[in-house]
Amino acid sequence: MHMADALISPIVGGTMWAATSGVMAYSIKKVQHDMDDNKIPLMGVMGAFVFAAQMINFSIPGTGSSGHLAGGMLLAILLGPYAGFLTMASVLLIQALFFADGGLLAYGCNVFNLGFFSCFVAYPMIDKWFIRDEMTSKRIFAASMVSSVVALQIGAFSVVLQTFLSGKTELPFGTFALFMQPIHLGIGVVEGLVTAAVVTYVWKARPEIIEKSIHGQELNGHSMKKVITTLAIVAVIVGSVFSWFASASPDGLEWSMLKTAGETELETPDGIHKTLSQIQTKVSFLPDYEFKNHESDEAVPTEAGEPWPAVSAGTSISGIIGGLITLLSAVFTGFMISIAKRRKKRIIV
Amino acid sequence: MSHHKIETKSLGYSYPDGHVAIKNISFSIHHGESVGIIGANGAGKSTLLMLLMGILFPNQGEILVGDVHVTKNTLSMIRQRLGMVFQDPDDQLFMTTIYDDVAFGPRNYRLDENEVEQRVMNALETVGISHLKERAPFKLSGGEKRAAAIAAVLSMEPDVLIMDEPTAALDPKSRRRLINLLKGFEHTKIITSHDLDMVLEVCKRIIVIKDGEIAADGNGEDILTNADLLDACGLEIPLALQNCPVCGVNKDKERWVK
Amino acid sequence: MNSMANFSNTLYNMGVMNDLARKDTPIHRIHPLAKVLTTFVYLLILVSFDRYEISGLLPLIFYPLLVFLFAELPAGPILKRILFVEPFIIGIGILNPFFDQEIVIIGGIALSRGWITFFSIFIKSGLAVTAGLLLMATTGMDKLAAALRLLKIPRLFVLQLLLTYRYISLLMEEVARTIRAYSLRAPTHKGVHRSAWGSLAGQLLLRTLDRAQRIYQAMCLRGFTGEYHTGEDAHMQWRDFIYVISWSIFFVIIRLYNIPMVIGALLMGVIR
Repeated sequence: MHMADALISPIVGGTMWAATSGVMAYSIKKVQHDMDDNKIPLMGVMGAFVFAAQMINFSIPGTGSSGHLAGGMLLAILLGPYAGFLTMASVLLIQALFFADGGLLAYGCNVFNLGFFSCFVAYPMIDKWFIRDEMTSKRIFAASMVSSVVALQIGAFSVVLQTFLSGKTELPFGTFALFMQPIHLGIGVVEGLVTAAVVTYVWKARPEIIEKSIHGQELNGHSMKKVITTLAIVAVIVGSVFSWFASASPDGLEWSMLKTAGETELETPDGIHKTLSQIQTKVSFLPDYEFKNHESDEAVPTEAGEPWPAVSAGTSISGIIGGLITLLSAVFTGFMISIAKRRKKRIIV
Repeated sequence: MSHHKIETKSLGYSYPDGHVAIKNISFSIHHGESVGIIGANGAGKSTLLMLLMGILFPNQGEILVGDVHVTKNTLSMIRQRLGMVFQDPDDQLFMTTIYDDVAFGPRNYRLDENEVEQRVMNALETVGISHLKERAPFKLSGGEKRAAAIAAVLSMEPDVLIMDEPTAALDPKSRRRLINLLKGFEHTKIITSHDLDMVLEVCKRIIVIKDGEIAADGNGEDILTNADLLDACGLEIPLALQNCPVCGVNKDKERWVK
Repeated sequence: MNSMANFSNTLYNMGVMNDLARKDTPIHRIHPLAKVLTTFVYLLILVSFDRYEISGLLPLIFYPLLVFLFAELPAGPILKRILFVEPFIIGIGILNPFFDQEIVIIGGIALSRGWITFFSIFIKSGLAVTAGLLLMATTGMDKLAAALRLLKIPRLFVLQLLLTYRYISLLMEEVARTIRAYSLRAPTHKGVHRSAWGSLAGQLLLRTLDRAQRIYQAMCLRGFTGEYHTGEDAHMQWRDFIYVISWSIFFVIIRLYNIPMVIGALLMGVIR
């Protein structure tokens, strides 16, 4: 579920970075004010624990396959929402930096998709509906299951939305959603089962750990809860409407999305771009080289005699030649530098 | 130098679950002494160290470092004078590089960065690992980690070194290096260990603990040659003092003890 | 997935990155913040390219290439990591040709536009992954932390991040030992059986919590009071600024002018 840099646009990446930084700044403030200082090593080591626990294969009964823990919900339950969110953020940062698991520009998206929803949307549900008054194994099970499924469903939907808004792939919104949601339902169930098993075990062995973290860290009064609950409800409604719309009439959705997002993109070439390219031809000696801005039917072979495709063919060939020259010069530069380095070393030796 | 004295007066501690770990322990350790604290597993050694460091507070009795009581208010001052090396160096080396780890303590006491650097380099040179300063702790061997953990404590320039099982999990060469290092320190030393041969070499005085109480307190050689006492406390005579199992030669106790 | 291979792979990777970052080359000597900023400008420019763009992207290869050469990095580990990440991108991108089948002609070859977007994503992800890995391989975690502090990231987060990084390898080895002990006594199981889910992971968790407690004690004994102090971090020198600015100018030029197209057009003009 990690977003890659190649799939997002700068606007989506930047927006999510901003949102994530905001939540992080708020969480840091909360952690600094509310908690005893032993929270810091606890957060650090728990982050490492999640990293390590992700390596354990849990065989899923009756399926012959195995799944693993993502750990977002576990962190929220053990550390509370604010510390849990920060810990998830550092786990994701290390994954991005060392393993290119999720890109650096997409980091904001990933923290939001994997951290925010579990800590600030799903966790309050556990807190409020399941374990607050009375703790039993059944309640822990239900709480872990529901919260994990909810967190992963919203997270997956958020991935679909971010991918779609970035417009780097051709995947139709509905298809992608219909592909992602069921898969993450399965992943959510496994996550819920494992989280429930671990939390129940810890609760039976050392009840004070779970009880302290559940009762010790209320979210900041009712205002934060309200904001988050509203956010959650809106997200769920919007999500289900979209998915319903997507499954009912995928073409319609495509069309409406095209109208909102795509058309402006398609219209500009005729208007602004033409002027731009006119200016460009005036100020520079370059022909218009952007084939993507022509309607594609203009490039169909039957119209080869027309002036547009001629330019198009010319530009595409010059693109290929130029591209090859670029790559060759890259290789050449590489060789020159390594030869120069080797010479230098030899001289030193 | 009375201000280096460590004194406990009828110390008692029981854990929240009711387990009584320490009962009525009193001793006094003077400046420059090296004291081994030995006892079977669960005898209360680790609890005693935690009480000395102020990680736990006694239910009864009191601890004095110099003339200062160990209380919540005096902790900062006490901890500058007592340096504790943990049993597992991985618990103590939590920073990303050895340098930052050794500098952690001095920086917390807001020393200026030149002073910090000088202390770090001194500490690393003392334990002989200045070449490792930029390395990450997880890339070090067991012996190197132990040395780094000791350096991390030395950089605080404590008067007293407290060590929990310093030779645990060390290979024989690293263990020998550590023993030589410890013998070279002029600090007051309090060492808990099951490695009685090391204790015999490093500590002049030994306190034996059994079920949370002092079973014996006295000269190291006297205690470590007292087979009945050691046996009753779940210990045995150090190998260096036992008869050779291969050639059967009787170790001359008197000669070893001098 | 074979979890044992996974453990050693992960540990190996972190070890390799850590070792590479300790090298001493002109690139390694550049201030970490300068490298972080350059990487971000690079990524921003990279992802801002249109989804149909291929030729215009190509000059961006010079950045990773030059960094790679001047930092004297081995190709193996980095290439391996890229190969590891690309399948995911291919998985998502490979559907493009099915969804966008409009034909375009490029150099006499008819291609569906979907293939163009696919290649564009493929190249972008390769370059993005390389840029990120090169940042780590030439900087290292401790220096990156220093850069984060200069960016005014709160110390609490930085310390916590460093602790996580520090204890990953340790806890992974612990998990590996536990799994090994489990599988030795349950050789036929593919993964951990349901009956042991809670106890296996739960005990690891309890041990981890105890360790966190000991680490906290070790920190307190050395004067930790919730504040994390660091030495003064060196600020950027003029050559660090020049590094960021000149790369940025280079990237912006690439973004504004399709350089391969210019070269190609010039050549074509000469030929005609």
